Amino acid sequence: MTNTLHRYGDAESFRDDYVVFAMCCRGKNDQGALPKLKKFLEMALEFKPVNLGDARHGGALRPCRKLNPLVHWRRDNTPDFRAVIDGLDTITTAAAVFDNREAAEAFLKKVREADLGLSINISTSIDGADQCCHAAGIRRHSVGYSLGFEGKTEKLPEADVLMLSTMCGHGMIAHSLARKMVDWVKEGRRTPEQAANYLTRFCSCGVFNPTRARRILERARSKRS
Amino acid sequence: MRISAERCVACGNCTYVCPMGAIYIDPVIRRATIDRDECVECYTCLNGMSQEHLNPTLVRALRRLFSWFRLRFDPEPDVCPTAAFEPEELTWPRIVRRAFSDPRVPHESTGVEGRGTEEVKTNDVSGRIQVGEVGFTIEFGRPGVGVRFWEIQEMTRALARAGVHFERRNPVTTLMKDTATGDIREDLLDEKILSAIVEIKVPVERTEEIIRLVWEIEKRIDTVVSLGVGTRCDERGEENVVAPILERLGYKLHRAKTNTGLGRVTNEPAREPETVGAAR
Repeated sequence: MTNTLHRYGDAESFRDDYVVFAMCCRGKNDQGALPKLKKFLEMALEFKPVNLGDARHGGALRPCRKLNPLVHWRRDNTPDFRAVIDGLDTITTAAAVFDNREAAEAFLKKVREADLGLSINISTSIDGADQCCHAAGIRRHSVGYSLGFEGKTEKLPEADVLMLSTMCGHGMIAHSLARKMVDWVKEGRRTPEQAANYLTRFCSCGVFNPTRARRILERARSKRS
Repeated sequence: MRISAERCVACGNCTYVCPMGAIYIDPVIRRATIDRDECVECYTCLNGMSQEHLNPTLVRALRRLFSWFRLRFDPEPDVCPTAAFEPEELTWPRIVRRAFSDPRVPHESTGVEGRGTEEVKTNDVSGRIQVGEVGFTIEFGRPGVGVRFWEIQEMTRALARAGVHFERRNPVTTLMKDTATGDIREDLLDEKILSAIVEIKVPVERTEEIIRLVWEIEKRIDTVVSLGVGTRCDERGEENVVAPILERLGYKLHRAKTNTGLGRVTNEPAREPETVGAAR
């Protein structure tokens, strides 16, 4: 699905949101693609991504099947990038998320030099992608524009909630959970960082951007409801 | 999906995590309950929540005690304390719900994996969208609203009447009885799913016509639509053909997915393709 395309927000709101992903084309370049996808993820580490993931196993912060009850007081919220890379065992889409343009540009440049032969896409603001490509010495091949949401938009929630929930394009982050996290941050029951971590775990392919989520939650805290 | 009445302690955490809002605490039985008609089998409740394996009787007793003393119980919001979710064996046509709602599973019902296809994301290798062409991804139900197949059929019929061709390797196309009419299998029309994407390709001259057609059909269906428009850049990497059309129609273009053109054909000829995972 168009998983990273329809993030809600204006161009300015994507200033800390750069998703670079690699995928192969069925029957064209999928033979031997698994090590290339792993290499793609491995190369991203140098540029300090805020999330890594693949479409089958999820991101760097995942739910746990067997939590210890003491977790409520000392939960480990460290993203496990190594688990993402080591766990990639099938050909799927691999993604790296960065919260600054310089990192995305440098990563893109390195991917170009590595010449993996996979299709590499960058999903962000149109200008942001253009600048990244320019800096990496890449001429854009194709572009897929998001025209946003239409139809019965009265069924959609308020902007802050929508900005959070649409960061999982597969729709695994419920509007109601995003709204609950906004409310909890407002009430002081959780910090923006804690709330962002809860949301991150629901993203099933690792493209959720916890840095952008923290910023949105921090801003929502001081807004009147 | 089912919730075990024996294990559920009615903490209510799952009522917030369901993208369709299909889980509620039944006041009669005092357990979390799933509205099966609204549930799209996305498995977010099972896959997204962490699980503890606490004793349900103990947890219920503690919750009752806290409640008597008006103490606020403040658990982690993404945890099912008693691992109460139980996946069930899905059969046709309900299995289609999961295929279009849970991105982690292959498309058992259609043979195609993921909800969509490769679109322009692999255009550098597939050559699917050429110069002078526009690819549309018309997505229904996302974010967080859901859609039934009869609503999608409204659009596919209108598009078929307009003489467009549907992308062959697309999950919705594979569920059509007849791609010439856009009719979808009757036994699926009432099934609710989280989202689905209809994909078409037209000459660039038809861009405005298609968008106006989509606007018309949107009025007749009870869900949201996300439009994506893919096109080829010129030899300098610029795109000055489609964007002006979209802006003239009133769209403010904020975000896009950019194919960098770094892909190439590397498969050896005459070998069967390996399975490709869920498309992003």
